[in-house]
Amino acid sequence: MTAPADARAVAETVTDPELPMLTLADLGVLREVSEQDGRVTVLITPTYTGCPALDVMRADLVRALGSAGYPEVEVRTVLRPAWTTDWISAAGRHKLAAAGIAPPGTVPRRTTGPVPLTLVAPVRRVTCPHCGGTDTELLSEFGATACRALYRCRACREPFEQFKEH
Amino acid sequence: MSFDNAYESLADATEDARWAFGTTGQGVDPLSGVDTTVPAGVEGADLAAYCLMLGDDALIMSHRLQEWSTNLPELEDEVAVANIALDLLGQARLLLTRAGRADGTDRGEDDYAYLRAEPDFRNVRLVEAQRGDFAQLSAVLLVFSTWRLALLDRLADSADPVLAAIAAKGVKEVAYHRDYAARWVVRLGDGTELSAERMGAGLAEVWPLVPELFATHPVERRLAEAGVGVDPATLRAEFDQVVAEVLVAAMLTVPDAPELARVGGRAGRDGVHTEVMGFLLAELQSVARAYPGATW
Repeated sequence: MTAPADARAVAETVTDPELPMLTLADLGVLREVSEQDGRVTVLITPTYTGCPALDVMRADLVRALGSAGYPEVEVRTVLRPAWTTDWISAAGRHKLAAAGIAPPGTVPRRTTGPVPLTLVAPVRRVTCPHCGGTDTELLSEFGATACRALYRCRACREPFEQFKEH
Repeated sequence: MSFDNAYESLADATEDARWAFGTTGQGVDPLSGVDTTVPAGVEGADLAAYCLMLGDDALIMSHRLQEWSTNLPELEDEVAVANIALDLLGQARLLLTRAGRADGTDRGEDDYAYLRAEPDFRNVRLVEAQRGDFAQLSAVLLVFSTWRLALLDRLADSADPVLAAIAAKGVKEVAYHRDYAARWVVRLGDGTELSAERMGAGLAEVWPLVPELFATHPVERRLAEAGVGVDPATLRAEFDQVVAEVLVAAMLTVPDAPELARVGGRAGRDGVHTEVMGFLLAELQSVARAYPGATW
């Protein structure tokens, strides 16, 4: 009889296919791992609705748990509460910065009333992951994947990506 | 998993989690493990029809945005528009799948996207409009995302927990889409004489399709009464306010254009579309029609 903690430990080693420096646990996508009679149930919450990585994560979880001796794995999607970048762990944030991706800031609290229109790109204090400079500018709110924005550092002149607040 | 290059990952025969036509039914289900019981006080058929309306809006808009790939003015815009298309496709996948669970047929997203005939599509006619210039794209995106954001924001309180969750996620995404479109409308409108003229023309082109967005279909009315859906007529005030804010900053005025006529009182929500919809579907569905049931 294997203890449930083992299944969780295995699931926690699975990495995000698009951000391989992060595990699903770092990312906050892994919500719960339970095991009963050798059957493992994993609950995950998608980051972005259209994120193609979700299907890969699901397959990777099944594969990792399978090779750890859990042939029966069910991966369930939990939509509520919705994932937010606030769920990325402190370790995850360090790993992102080390990989050259500026970690997200705290998600601003939603005010009541309609979603406010932002005609001028907001000025956020984003620290350059290369030189640590804070004089940075937003190039585009859309990047190589749904979760990343493009920035440029005015100090070291290097472009970099930021994990956007979501 | 990691690969040395993209070709290697494409050639990985053991990978079963890539999504495209012909890959569903192989364990890829966007609502896998989600409780999709139809909430009390609502007919399953009504809920399914409603999901198709919102899902088809996203699917067809996404398809039109995908047509822009490699045709946008700058690399940043390529990336932005492709991301917006991907977000909307993600919303469509969830909504079409939710429709299949609600109407009891258990059809999957592919069945709805690739195997329905034109009159079965419930999208508003705005999203099927043929691609124009970049100013018109900015106009369509501004109108569509302003309307959809107001809608999803209210739908996040839906009595159907699945719709509420899909909407709550969508709000965050579409807020970015609206800001992107709004900034371009301002940049072009408050730009050169030529860019302002084309931005004005783009808005004028789109405006006849605006009133339809706020016309309430009987299905929408019934679901709004049950607290599951949103009556689009209630979105008009917020829409007008946001558009006015953008157009003032863009030094443009709200176009004065008559509504595109309905056909015998019917429009997109009733499955009555404009001529271009047939061509759009012919392309969207060509692989599925040529190779029915194909899997890979």
